[in-house]
Amino acid sequence: MTAEHEITLVVNGAARRARVPGRRLLSDCLRHDLGLTGTHVGCEHGVCGCCTVLLDGEPVRSCLTLAVTVDGREITTVEGLAGPGGLSPVQRAFAECHALQCGFCTPGFLCTVTALLRERPAPTDEEIREGISGNLCRCTGYQNIVKAVHRAAELLAEES
Amino acid sequence: MSTRLFGEAVPRREDPRLLTGQGRYLDDLGPGALAAAFVRSPHAHARIRDIDVSAALDVEGLVAVYTWEDLPERVGRPLPLLIPHPALTHGRTARPLARDVVRHVGEPVVMVVAADRYLAEDACALIEVDYEVLEPVAGLEEAARGARLVHDDVPGNVGAHLVQEVPSAAGRSAGEAIDAAPHTLSFRLDIERSASMPLEGRGVYARWDGADLRVYSSTQTSTSVRMAVAAALELPLPRVEVIAPDVGGGFGVKIVHPWPEELLVPWAAMLLGREVKWAEDRREHFVAAAHERGQVHRVRVGFDDDGRVLGLDVSILHDHGAYTPYGIIVPIVTSTQLLGPYKIGAYRVEFTAVYTNTVQVTPYRGAGRPQGVFCMERTMDKIARHLGKDRTEVRAANLIQPDEFPYDQGMTFQDGRPLVYDSGDYPEMLRLVKELIGWDSFERAPGRGIGIGCYVEGTGVGPYEGGHVQITSDGRVHVSTGLTSQGQGHETVFAQIAATELGVPIERVSVVTGDTRRFGYAVGTFASRAAVMSGNAIALACAEVRRKALRVAAAALEADPADLTVTDGLVHVVGAPSASIPLGTVAVLANPLRYAFDEETARATQFAGVAAPDRPPVAPGEEPGLEGRGYYSPIRSTFAAGMHAAVVETDPETAEIKIVRYAVVHDCGRLINPMIVEGQIHGGVAQGIGGALYERMAYDADGQLLNASFMDFLMPYATEIPAVETGHLETPSPLNPLGIKGAGEAGVIPVSAVIASAVEDAEGVNIDRMPLSPSDLFHLREGA
Repeated sequence: MTAEHEITLVVNGAARRARVPGRRLLSDCLRHDLGLTGTHVGCEHGVCGCCTVLLDGEPVRSCLTLAVTVDGREITTVEGLAGPGGLSPVQRAFAECHALQCGFCTPGFLCTVTALLRERPAPTDEEIREGISGNLCRCTGYQNIVKAVHRAAELLAEES
Repeated sequence: MSTRLFGEAVPRREDPRLLTGQGRYLDDLGPGALAAAFVRSPHAHARIRDIDVSAALDVEGLVAVYTWEDLPERVGRPLPLLIPHPALTHGRTARPLARDVVRHVGEPVVMVVAADRYLAEDACALIEVDYEVLEPVAGLEEAARGARLVHDDVPGNVGAHLVQEVPSAAGRSAGEAIDAAPHTLSFRLDIERSASMPLEGRGVYARWDGADLRVYSSTQTSTSVRMAVAAALELPLPRVEVIAPDVGGGFGVKIVHPWPEELLVPWAAMLLGREVKWAEDRREHFVAAAHERGQVHRVRVGFDDDGRVLGLDVSILHDHGAYTPYGIIVPIVTSTQLLGPYKIGAYRVEFTAVYTNTVQVTPYRGAGRPQGVFCMERTMDKIARHLGKDRTEVRAANLIQPDEFPYDQGMTFQDGRPLVYDSGDYPEMLRLVKELIGWDSFERAPGRGIGIGCYVEGTGVGPYEGGHVQITSDGRVHVSTGLTSQGQGHETVFAQIAATELGVPIERVSVVTGDTRRFGYAVGTFASRAAVMSGNAIALACAEVRRKALRVAAAALEADPADLTVTDGLVHVVGAPSASIPLGTVAVLANPLRYAFDEETARATQFAGVAAPDRPPVAPGEEPGLEGRGYYSPIRSTFAAGMHAAVVETDPETAEIKIVRYAVVHDCGRLINPMIVEGQIHGGVAQGIGGALYERMAYDADGQLLNASFMDFLMPYATEIPAVETGHLETPSPLNPLGIKGAGEAGVIPVSAVIASAVEDAEGVNIDRMPLSPSDLFHLREGA
């Protein structure tokens, strides 16, 4: 029997407790222990980026992170991106630009782009492509994702 | 308010839930379900001597372990051969769990069910399978030599052999036409394996309540999974429901069914009386789902001084992997769609589909067309080079002209119907793509080239799809169709069609796909068919509902139905919007009631005085309610087309290939939603670039897949995909009421041909093999 650990994660602003074995991946903890199934798992070896969440604001692969190692830390998942006023500028831009099709990779992209635009509020095309080059999408050919990042930058600038 | 939504870039109805993490994909369902995991063969070819599960039995949380011997006969027998064809003389399918011989790495041998997936995998790791390792058949040509066999009872490893011949107008065979031609060329082409690789793998989740079975599957066909599950588990069909929830991409691989897991998971759920779920991991998807592409072509062509093809003879060797559950659709499509937008003097094509000890081959977006188009377009380029002519000039000399439709290619297509193109304007398309890429003004330089590729895609194959439309007393419109969605935006485009046809605001329309509880008759989502098939079926269902609405409203408004129309959800006399009745009220009136549940429905009760007392409340031949069904079954496929062009630059030292520009001109008939169609094309082009430059399945001589992870199988990121420029041509299809053709697979089809054409132009070496890595190009340069 594997030993279990009591951990507390601050997920989308709320403290959440879970009892997990040491080997439990953060992605599985979020999805199956906390019921936040918006974070998706596409490869379980840290390449596709579907499972990207924000850990203390920085994008990480939740499939390469053990849940016990982030005890007490702050995590933002796709479920936490929208504000009380509705969809975040990044989410709105993705809808406006048709930057998603099947939607499976989308939560990872949204988290990545949210962090990217915080660092670089007005990225060039090249900076966008580089910035999202850790996330795979099999549906869109990235055309409209790049467009959506530009659009999100515009929306963020308008709002600030 | 205008309700003309057909043809507009309406925002997607799917997006709000998918953007907020509220999508419901397979593994998001059934939080308390038991987890299944599989022990899979580590060998490409082996005989199972013994399976020892004893060590696994101590794993805490273990619920059950099953081998083939545990399966009832109906479950343990070989899986269905979905598309039998007379030429598939030696079709073979796997059993859900291997009985005695495993024929590829990844074939399932033992199923474990445990409290969660971690524990199920713990148990799998402790199960000992004793194999007698057999020599594998690893390569396509080794398979064709037939020295070793994948299936003992399939001589020469040949599953199927098919020849189709179309003589010239003068009655010459292809061979005669080639021999008599002023110029001839012969060459060989190779295309490697790739795969659909949706970011969500396959998955199945089953619930059994003692009488009814509900199965969720990440599938492209829920209706057919339902029939297959009911048959294998010997359940009455009405007791089985299958639902495709949100599906994270399909691209072909999820049309195959029933997968072993689609039978085993429901079977275990019934046996255990517990919910059971299996979600495929990436490694499993690489070795246990399906691949495509792998073919070798041997080509002989004869042509005249203008580059007109007088005779073409293509011999195709097709790698089918270990099994043929999806029949020989892929090589049939290759051999027929190879002809593209051209009229060929005489054509002979022959394919031999052989077994290898590798993952089975079934359609991946494009479904055999990328290989066929690669072949024809390489042929066109070689002819141009031989004659010293511009490559587009040679193509132009061979194009079918706009006044030649319907154009009969004289062959039998994948649906068993004649290969007759319905409509198109290929010369105009060629003009547009040349203009878009700037073909005539292109400045060639060392390491800089331009290329082109043209294709025709049979879309919207039958046999049929259906749609159901119901208007409820709140005025909402509920649309359902049986085929499934994997990201194509069906909820949006079908709502656009319904809103347009019925005259209601799109906000009132909701669409359900792939849920057999809502619609039980369907074929599935493949072959760029959903918009054509379900789109037209839904339009027909809407027309029926509209007719009834006008009939019922006419009685209430004391008007002639012919004078009525529907605007913004209100039925009114044409030109007199004041006398109107909302569709919701019409729905109330269409359903005579005994019991009222609100003020609106009180109008339909028996003392409300609506129905004439001397006639039955529901007239003979009528049905209560405001709903209708429609089915669309076309006589044959409709043919979309496209032409792509690209500019590439190659690095003189590293041989790196950079796509500088990529242009697409596409004709899928009338567009329902141009934003969605463009998105489909973008995605297809990116997959095509993956197949042209990066993706291959690297099997070694032992039949081990060496790159079964995203670390090693190189799918393009945003950094690998250039901006895609698109142009549209709209040649409506005369075959269906909406005039549409399919668009889903289009983008991927000509990309390898285009890139080969451009790199060859830049480098001056023959590009006859795809994908093309920098290392491949480096070696080609050295050999030149």
